[in-house]
Amino acid sequence: MDEQTQQNPPISLAIDVADLTVAYHEKPVLWDIDLQVPPGILLAIVGPNGAGKTTFIKSVLGLIKPVAGQMLIYGKPYAEQRRLVGYVPQRGSVDWDFPTSVLDVVTMGRYGHLGWFKRPGQAERSQALEALEKVGMADYAGRQISQLSGGQQQRTFLARALVQDAQIYFMDEPFQGVDATTERAIVDLLKELRAQGKTVVVVHHDLQTVPEYFDWVMLLNVRRVAAGPVGNVFTDDNLRRAYGGRVGFLAGNGTGISETEPNYGQPVI
Amino acid sequence: MDSLLFDYTIRTVALGAAVLGIVAGALGTFALLRRQSLLGDAMSHAALPGVLIAFMLTASKAPVILVLGAAIAGVIGTISLLAITRYSRIKEDTALGIILSVFFGFGLLLLTFLQRNPTAAQAGLNTFLFGQAATLLMRDVVTMAIFGGGALVVVVALWKEFKLLSFDRDYGTSLGFPMTALDILLTTLLVIGIVIGLQAVGVVLMSAMIVAPAAAARQWTDRLGQMLVLASAFGALAGVTGALLSSLGSGLSTGPVVVLVISVIVLLSLFFGASRGLAWSWLRHQRNRHVLQTQSVLANLYYLAGQHPDSDHAHDIEVLRAMNRYRGGVENSLRALAAEGLVRETTSNHWVLTDAGQALASSRELNHA
Repeated sequence: MDEQTQQNPPISLAIDVADLTVAYHEKPVLWDIDLQVPPGILLAIVGPNGAGKTTFIKSVLGLIKPVAGQMLIYGKPYAEQRRLVGYVPQRGSVDWDFPTSVLDVVTMGRYGHLGWFKRPGQAERSQALEALEKVGMADYAGRQISQLSGGQQQRTFLARALVQDAQIYFMDEPFQGVDATTERAIVDLLKELRAQGKTVVVVHHDLQTVPEYFDWVMLLNVRRVAAGPVGNVFTDDNLRRAYGGRVGFLAGNGTGISETEPNYGQPVI
Repeated sequence: MDSLLFDYTIRTVALGAAVLGIVAGALGTFALLRRQSLLGDAMSHAALPGVLIAFMLTASKAPVILVLGAAIAGVIGTISLLAITRYSRIKEDTALGIILSVFFGFGLLLLTFLQRNPTAAQAGLNTFLFGQAATLLMRDVVTMAIFGGGALVVVVALWKEFKLLSFDRDYGTSLGFPMTALDILLTTLLVIGIVIGLQAVGVVLMSAMIVAPAAAARQWTDRLGQMLVLASAFGALAGVTGALLSSLGSGLSTGPVVVLVISVIVLLSLFFGASRGLAWSWLRHQRNRHVLQTQSVLANLYYLAGQHPDSDHAHDIEVLRAMNRYRGGVENSLRALAAEGLVRETTSNHWVLTDAGQALASSRELNHA
């Protein structure tokens, strides 16, 4: 019915990035990136080290000031739509020896909703516990964060983003160096988020799992090599263009055949 | 002793030292967690020329004016630091070194110049180098309490914002908090914390009051709130003890005495701190080593029994020692095993597995296979 009453419905894009260009000391890190993402999909960003994957996420979130570009979230500038956007930074970006507990870190996800001066209370704590339950970390709520394994740290960060209750999530290398349990938990979570109509953008380094875990993919190497549904753009040809001669992985028409194990495990600056 | 407590000077000194310890401990907690300990050092050294220029301009030794000069110099130092790291290729640690030495060197130059000038009432000025708690007046303590109390009120009000800034700044930005403004605010509070302690502790050693109480407190707790309260308590304890000792003694500078006291607190905390004390981790290590060794002695006896046709044959302790890395502990391990009924001594220094020991060792071996 809606389709009929709205003659010319505006295409509602979850994320609309246009002409994004970022430079460090005159050197371009990202060059003229365009990306249009419809709602409700899981998008992987892949590319070699130094391709600007993390920089892309950080510039969309306003953590890095781009030289040029326009970022729209559901049709409005990001600054007006912050509430709709959740962020999962790289796990290595914080000091895990900080004197605080898992529950406390997850509660930080509510700080934006709380606003200035107000302290988190019982409502925030139960939301945080609920999110910890979802990532299988409920038993660790009271733990000092330095006692967590890498996978548990990652799940703590995911829970923190979940309590933000956002529509769009940006995750920076959530699969980096995690155990199988955590990988499974993240994949389940991604699917659950998609089922709720949420959009998730994930910086990813394991080419083999791209077709299995994601709907869309953007291949990035300073410039946008290709972006779109995995079946269309995750091709040998595009991978070669993104990774140059260094690609040790061939998509084999998107079915995912591995020749040698690629190791793009280094964090990208 | 009673007369000591009621002595006006002593009471003033103790109060002032407590205020500075509480404020420095609280703000130092954030400085330590944000890895800004060196910034505190640079800021306190940078304050010296500020104090002296304030004196030269006003010819007044009123602490309020001198402290104001110190604060202005501290802020100029911070801005210069940010400018150097932002607009040049020099990294922050080098920039801190530059600010510290340039400002402090300039301050020393001014101090020697002023001391050569007999008309200047310079006698009080060099107390700013190492501090002299005995020169505190109630007026000064009230000023310190107002500024320090104000800083603490801001910290309590913006508790969650400052926690976010210290733990995950980028995430805070993504939530919409103006992290740069919060950063500047917290750094300004740190400068206030340093400046109110200058008269009592001095520019050279005030940075110790920022770093040391927080470092000691970190050894006892894994919670930010508790760490802040403990750091304040340690700061106050060191401040009061040091200030009292120095005012009782014959003109000892307060700074060095306070630093000695807080150093003792840090050392004790390093060894005995509940959360990460070295003594406890050493004990744990010893206990683990003992458990491991006891297990390996049992395994060795089991292996020897397997080598021998007669499994009831007792083995000389020297054989076990030869099989073991920590020779001295073998006998203790055997006694511990005997207490559990797993081994028994047949003749002097000859040992054999009991049936229970045999069963346990063989089940362990199965688990390993």
